[in-house]
Amino acid sequence: MSLKRTFKGVLAAAFAASMAMSALAQDNKFFDQAEHDRQIAMLDATPIGDGDQPWLQSMADNFRDTSKYKKDGPWTVCFSNAGIFNPWQVVGYKTMQEEIKLHSNIKDFIVTDGEGKDDKQIADIDDLLASKKCDILLVTPNTTAALTPAVERACAQLPVIVFSRGVATECPVTFITPIGGYAYGAQAARFIVDALPDGGNVLALRISPGVDVLETRWSAAERIFAANPKIKVIGSEFTNDDRAIAKSIVEDYLQRFGQIDAVWMDAGATSVAAIEAFEDIGVEIPIFTGEDQQDFLAKWQEKDLTAIAPTYPTFQWRTAIIAATQILSGEKVPGPIWYLPQPTITVETLDKYTQANMPPQHYALCGCEDMAGYPEVWGGTK
Amino acid sequence: MSIISTRNTLPGRLRGLRSIEPIYLILLAIVAAIVLSNPIYLDYGPMMQLLRRSSPLIVLAVGQLFVIVSGGFDLSVGSLMTFLILICALLLNSSPELVYPAIALCLVVGLASGAVNGLVVSFWKVPSIIATLGMLLMLRGAGLFLSGGSARGNLPDTFRALGRDSVFGFPVALIVAIVFGTAAWLVLHRTSFGRQLYMVGANPRAARLSGVNVAGIRIAAFMFSGLSAAISAILLSGFSGVSTSAGNGYELQAISAAVLGGAVLLGGRGSVVPVIAGALALHALFTLLNIWGFPKPMRDVVQGLIIICAVAYSARRK
Repeated sequence: MSLKRTFKGVLAAAFAASMAMSALAQDNKFFDQAEHDRQIAMLDATPIGDGDQPWLQSMADNFRDTSKYKKDGPWTVCFSNAGIFNPWQVVGYKTMQEEIKLHSNIKDFIVTDGEGKDDKQIADIDDLLASKKCDILLVTPNTTAALTPAVERACAQLPVIVFSRGVATECPVTFITPIGGYAYGAQAARFIVDALPDGGNVLALRISPGVDVLETRWSAAERIFAANPKIKVIGSEFTNDDRAIAKSIVEDYLQRFGQIDAVWMDAGATSVAAIEAFEDIGVEIPIFTGEDQQDFLAKWQEKDLTAIAPTYPTFQWRTAIIAATQILSGEKVPGPIWYLPQPTITVETLDKYTQANMPPQHYALCGCEDMAGYPEVWGGTK
Repeated sequence: MSIISTRNTLPGRLRGLRSIEPIYLILLAIVAAIVLSNPIYLDYGPMMQLLRRSSPLIVLAVGQLFVIVSGGFDLSVGSLMTFLILICALLLNSSPELVYPAIALCLVVGLASGAVNGLVVSFWKVPSIIATLGMLLMLRGAGLFLSGGSARGNLPDTFRALGRDSVFGFPVALIVAIVFGTAAWLVLHRTSFGRQLYMVGANPRAARLSGVNVAGIRIAAFMFSGLSAAISAILLSGFSGVSTSAGNGYELQAISAAVLGGAVLLGGRGSVVPVIAGALALHALFTLLNIWGFPKPMRDVVQGLIIICAVAYSARRK
């Protein structure tokens, strides 16, 4: 029976640890009121630039002089990539490679793969600097704090562009980002609140704790739900971006609460799996929020859902290359932060973004439809 | 003193109680905890959902049991599952009518991958933990390479029916698991192949000396595990669809389930029914941790502790 006793002890210890962890998670270290308010205000701003090319637009009039970086071409562009470990990065990186082909004055494009490891990426950046080949360095940091010193070292030697995730320094010429996570989370939460005037049960599905771009999404949504007493958040669960876990969680919550009126999601990769839980049990699919992945958009269209899809556009990978050529040409670019628009897919724009010929995890906002390799390069068919 | 003497004079039925596999008590305790947390799980529908979700793990754990009984590990099954799911999605995306050939392809690739594992272990004398670790990396890399790092294609509903549909409220996946489990039970406990498998695991040298084809038996065990991974992949992708991380971690879950079910690492002991109970218990435990609001990292901690405690317990029982 010693096993049983050990087992009990294990459960008790695990329970205590989980309490401690959830206490930590409630800590507000991921919430920045001023940044939150700035993002919410920016949602209603009119972007500067051509609406047909959102990857070149800026949400703020903060263009800065870059004439000191002007250099005769052809150039060598270096890119320290955090890694390719999710479909968002796959789509973005393909778009980036196609963008490179459009610039005859870029003679070399040197890419290092950080494989999702901070230490590997720090070594990559140092190697790129030591090679003295780079005219400009692009970085998608694996994690914010760990990569900051390496990016600062790079800034001392050459112009740097950061995108995808941020660093804790303003030394790069520009940090390219959509409006941000608070805006993302708030858009989805507002949609749910507006669609449920009489209130209801809301289940929140999140990928994992502790990632800043995801925590901001939830912290904005959480505040909106909390401000509406008729909305009852029945749970906030982590799916680890695993379809089977997401579907299981929804099944369990349906059993527990009988009725779910809306599902809020901080990312769209598992939206369809979560929707299937309702289909399999045979109840009506409630209000859903997702992202611009094709499988979600197709399901939305097919089932005529009440849904919304905020986005974190992959077209920013295109912007990074264009910004590099602009900086090396001495043209003005928005900085220190280049805020890109963050379009939201609604029922009005759904048909425009649904592309049945593209793979299920293709992101509609790739800004890549006009590129030479489209759609085959992104895995689609003509 | 008194304890020892009491134990020696225990009536037969109490001694019988001692010989019950502890996994049944653990399973009972976990299910009781789930039901106490939420009585809805006593209902037929929710109970069937739990069983449907456990089916891929049941199949995989039974396959893993064969390799464990033969004295090895199969760490490659999780990435084999992901590989097969990605391949099927690629194939069925361009030709959705090829559902049955795709299922056959899964089974053949599963068997072939197991055969390679078995050949490497038997003839190249590579320890199974290393051989299957190498296979894990190769399959993971190949799957990501072929699919370009992101899921391509959708699985048609006819393919997904095995893992998703129900017949009269009874999940098809569970029927598959029961049929597979029964077949495995017959093979392991009622055939001379099964007896030879135990001999190979318990003492390969003695087995060889008594005329057992040790290499053949080992290869067959790995092929059985590969087959179970293929079936499990079909069930899992039926349940939840295509993703590049679909099978992640399943190899350790299968080993945990087998060990929980009393299979002895290093071979020679273990049987089908307690391992099925082990798979059910592990899945039920994950569900319970979810109900209690444990995040994923804590599930990993609990799973790690279970493996260690179960192995320690079976070592003491010996």
